Amino acid sequence: MVQSTCPQLATDILDRSFLENRARLLEVAAFLDRIDRSREPEAGRADFRYRACQDALQLLASASGERAKALQLLLSDHSPEPRVSAKGLKGAAGAWKERR
Amino acid sequence: MRFIEPHIHMVSRTTDDYQAMALAGIRTVSEPAFWAGFDRGSAQGFRDYFNQLTMTERARAALYGVKHHCWICLNPKEAEDLTLAREVLAIIPEFLDRPSVLGIGEIGLNKNSRNELTVLEEHLALAEQRGELVLVHTPHLEDKLKGTRLIIDAIRNFKGITPDRVLIDHAEEHTAGVIRDAGFWLGLTLYPTSKCSPARAIDLLETHGTDRVWLNSAADWGISDPLATVKASEEMRRRGHPEALIEKVFFDNPRAFLSQSPKFSV
Repeated sequence: MVQSTCPQLATDILDRSFLENRARLLEVAAFLDRIDRSREPEAGRADFRYRACQDALQLLASASGERAKALQLLLSDHSPEPRVSAKGLKGAAGAWKERR
Repeated sequence: MRFIEPHIHMVSRTTDDYQAMALAGIRTVSEPAFWAGFDRGSAQGFRDYFNQLTMTERARAALYGVKHHCWICLNPKEAEDLTLAREVLAIIPEFLDRPSVLGIGEIGLNKNSRNELTVLEEHLALAEQRGELVLVHTPHLEDKLKGTRLIIDAIRNFKGITPDRVLIDHAEEHTAGVIRDAGFWLGLTLYPTSKCSPARAIDLLETHGTDRVWLNSAADWGISDPLATVKASEEMRRRGHPEALIEKVFFDNPRAFLSQSPKFSV
């Protein structure tokens, strides 16, 4: 059972935020459709970020409670050792490329 | 309502932002040293930047009724060149005694490399030796969890640095508990796309509590919002949290951490 820590009523949260999150879901759906309609869609579907996206959607459909934390963990680098060098590296991709 | 913005990069912002922040109740800021969007080529480049932080920016803020404090360091994005990093570390003590400098920050990791870790440890040694407050940057996105763990392990090796004098910033859902459990102060950053939204940050407060935590915008040269803390306070208010709790999060808590430096005032 998830502990109640938010003072709002659940229905108030839906009243205020359902449309905003409906729009976000549509953006994800359209993003995946766009990859299907793109040139070389197979290359996109083989990309680690696309696979992370698919796994994230499965996680959201199955998890209950702490979904945001579970999603963050799914997308994180879990290797323990420091990288040998960061030369030429600055930014982050948003998903861990070596994830199995 | 009064706000303290404890982490913002005002050197990258316009004067209009100072006006808007003062009007919204943000009259005290602290600005960590950070990456300029390009790698500086010499220690002299850092000397100029540290002068800007400790003199120019402080004077510009004062013109608009904002009290400006800062932190000094070489940021982890420029830590890969160990020779340059050590040249910069050698000049940092000159600036730590300046009247608006609160401590060493934002140090930490970016891509979790060995050289970044070495430079982090050398900053921590300096902080321990001088008894400085420490402000820590955690890496972005997929690198954050691993970086947070490496940073906490590194800090624990410095017995003279106690967790109550260290704030680990840019926490998210998967790292907030790790930082809390290790006894450090927690920072939540309101930054579009790559960090927390106001709603998620308030979710984290509801989950982890409101003790030893601050919220900040980290507004800089990217798409970011110097009024993000004000907007997050509205999110708390809309959810029905009491005014005293909102003031605690956005004013009392940052004041409590920053006041550990005798140079901080509101």
